[in-house]
Amino acid sequence: MKRFIGFIKKEFYHIFRDRRSLFILFGMPIAQILLFGFAITNEINNVDIAILDHSKDATTKEIINRIAASKYFSIKQMVTHEANIASVFQKGHVKAVLNFEKDFSKNLIKDHKATVQIIADATDPNTANTISNYVNAILQQYQKELNKDITIVYQIVPETRMVYNPELKSVYMFVPGVMTIILMLVSAMMTSISITREKELGTMEILLVSPLKPFQVIIGKVFPYIFLSIINAVVIVMLSIFIFNMPVQGSLFLLALESVLFIISALALGILISTISATQQTAMMISLMGLMLPVILLSGFIFPISSMPLPLQVISNIIPAKWFIIIIKGIMLKGVGLQFVWKETLILLGMTVFFIALSVKKYKIRLE
Amino acid sequence: MSINKVIQVEDLTKMFGDFTAVNSITFDVEKGEIFGFLGANGAGKTTAMKMLIGILSPTAGEATVAGFDVFTNAEDIKKNIGYMSQKFALYDDLTVKENITFFGGIYGLSKSKIKEKSNTLIEDLGLEKVANQLVGALPLGWKQKISFSVALLHDPKIVFLDEPTGGVDPITRRQFWEMIYKAANHGTTVFVTTHYMDEAEYCDRVSIMVNGKIEALDTPKKLKEQFNAATMNDVFLKLARG
Repeated sequence: MKRFIGFIKKEFYHIFRDRRSLFILFGMPIAQILLFGFAITNEINNVDIAILDHSKDATTKEIINRIAASKYFSIKQMVTHEANIASVFQKGHVKAVLNFEKDFSKNLIKDHKATVQIIADATDPNTANTISNYVNAILQQYQKELNKDITIVYQIVPETRMVYNPELKSVYMFVPGVMTIILMLVSAMMTSISITREKELGTMEILLVSPLKPFQVIIGKVFPYIFLSIINAVVIVMLSIFIFNMPVQGSLFLLALESVLFIISALALGILISTISATQQTAMMISLMGLMLPVILLSGFIFPISSMPLPLQVISNIIPAKWFIIIIKGIMLKGVGLQFVWKETLILLGMTVFFIALSVKKYKIRLE
Repeated sequence: MSINKVIQVEDLTKMFGDFTAVNSITFDVEKGEIFGFLGANGAGKTTAMKMLIGILSPTAGEATVAGFDVFTNAEDIKKNIGYMSQKFALYDDLTVKENITFFGGIYGLSKSKIKEKSNTLIEDLGLEKVANQLVGALPLGWKQKISFSVALLHDPKIVFLDEPTGGVDPITRRQFWEMIYKAANHGTTVFVTTHYMDEAEYCDRVSIMVNGKIEALDTPKKLKEQFNAATMNDVFLKLARG
C-alpha cells in the first residue's frame, strides 16, 4: 500500500508539473461547455423574416406590427405570391416566412379561428425551432388579449412547416455530449499518453524490473485519472446547472455511478491503446482518430443516429459513448431511473469488462 | 549449486517465431565479478539480459539468478537485482530527491532508510546543489551516475547495466567505471553490456555474442592470447568477421 501511495504521488507530480496536460484536464471542459453552451443557444436576435399576407386586414396588420416590434425579428420583405416563397429562401435572405390565410379577420370573427403558416428554413434546425416558438409566443399573447374581454374564444392557429429538414431531431445534446467527450479525452487519451510516455522514457522497463507487479503499475498510473475525471464530471454538471440553468432531472447518484462506469471503460480503452502504441504521438493519434472522432461523429452527440445510413447506424452500436449519451441524456433531461436505462447500462458494463479483459491479456504479453 | 555462482545459465534459448534470437547460451557469473556481456547490435545480448531480469520468458534452457529460477521465480529475482537501462531512465519532471524517494519506495525501502540512502547518495555524487532541481535540467553524465546509484539503492546482489555509457564523454565514462569498481568491491556482482571495446578491458571476464551464440568467454587477457590480438577490439573484429 505504501508503495502504491508513493506511486500515486509521483503520478500527480507528473500531472501538475506539465502545464499542457493541466490545461487539457481543466481548461478544456470549461472552455468546451461554455463554447457549446453559448454557441448552441436558443436566443435569437433580429432574425430576418418575410411576410406573405393574403388578407391585409386590421388583425394581420396588428400581428405583423407586433412581430416587427419585437427585438427577435425584423421584417425583411413582403412576399406577394406563394410561388415566390421558394426563391426567397433560396436567396438566403430570410430564415422564415409567415403566411397569413385569406380573410384572416373574417375567419376569426365568423369561425373563431384563423390560420397562419410559419415556414421555417430548417437547414439550421435550432434556429428554425426557436423562430417557430417565438412566433407562437407572440401569437398566443395576442390571442390572449383578444379573448380577455370577450366571451367568445378566438383562436389563431399557427401551422408550422419546416422546410429542408423536417425531422429536427438533433437539438440539445450539448451537456451530455461534452461530458462524454471530456471523460473520454481525459480518461482514454491522457492515460494512454502517460503510460506510453513511460515506455518512451524507458522508465516502464525499470518499473517492470522492479518488484512492482504489472497490474500495480497500471492501477497506479490510472488511479489519478479516475479521480480527475470525476472532478471533471462534477465541474461539467455544475456549469450546466448554474450557468445554463439545465437542472439534472434524475438521480445525481445514478448519474455519478453511470459516469464512473463510463470512465472505467474509457480508462480500459486507454490502457489498450497504450499496449499497442510505442510512442506518445501514436497513442495520441490513435486516441484522437480512434476514439474522439467516433465519439463526436457517431455517438449521436451532434448528428442524429437515426438519420445516418444503415452501415453507420450499425457501427454506432459498438461505440461506448453512444450508450453513455443515451443513459445520461435520459437521466439529465428526462429524469428517468435505472429501470429505463438498464439495457444501455448493461451494454456499457459488458463493453467495459471486455475492454479490461482485452487490455489485461494484451498487457500480459510482456513488454519488449 | 555453488554458493559463489550468482548467475547460472545453461542452454538458454529465446525464439521469436522462427527467428532464434538467443541460441543455447551457457555461462555463469561469480559473486562480486564484473562480467562483460559483449556483442554487436542485434547479436542477442539485450534479449538474453531481459530473460535474466525476468521481463522476458525464455523458450528453452535453464537459468538461475541470485539463486532463483527465471521460469518460476521471476518475482523473487526482481527483489534481488538492480537494473539500469541504456536510457538512464529517471523521471525528468521530478527532482533528484523525488526520483530517489520514488525508486526507493517501489523497492519497499522504509522512509528513514530512503532518507539515509538519499543523503549518502547526494553527498557521494556531490549533488547537494541540485538535489531539489528537476532531473530534466541535469547533464547526461549526472543522470547516468544518479541512475546507477538508484539501481543500487536497495543493495541488490546483482546489478544489470544495459549499455550504461552510451552517449557520454570519455572522462565521464572513466568516472563511471570507478563507480562500478566500487560497487564490485562491496560485493555487488556487475553484469554489464557494452559495445565499447576499451571498456571490455575493465571487466573481470567477458563473453562475446555473435548471432545469438556465445563465441568466446574468458578474461580479457586470455582472450587476447587466444585470438592472438593486441586489444579487445581486435578480438571482437576477428570474431565478428568469422
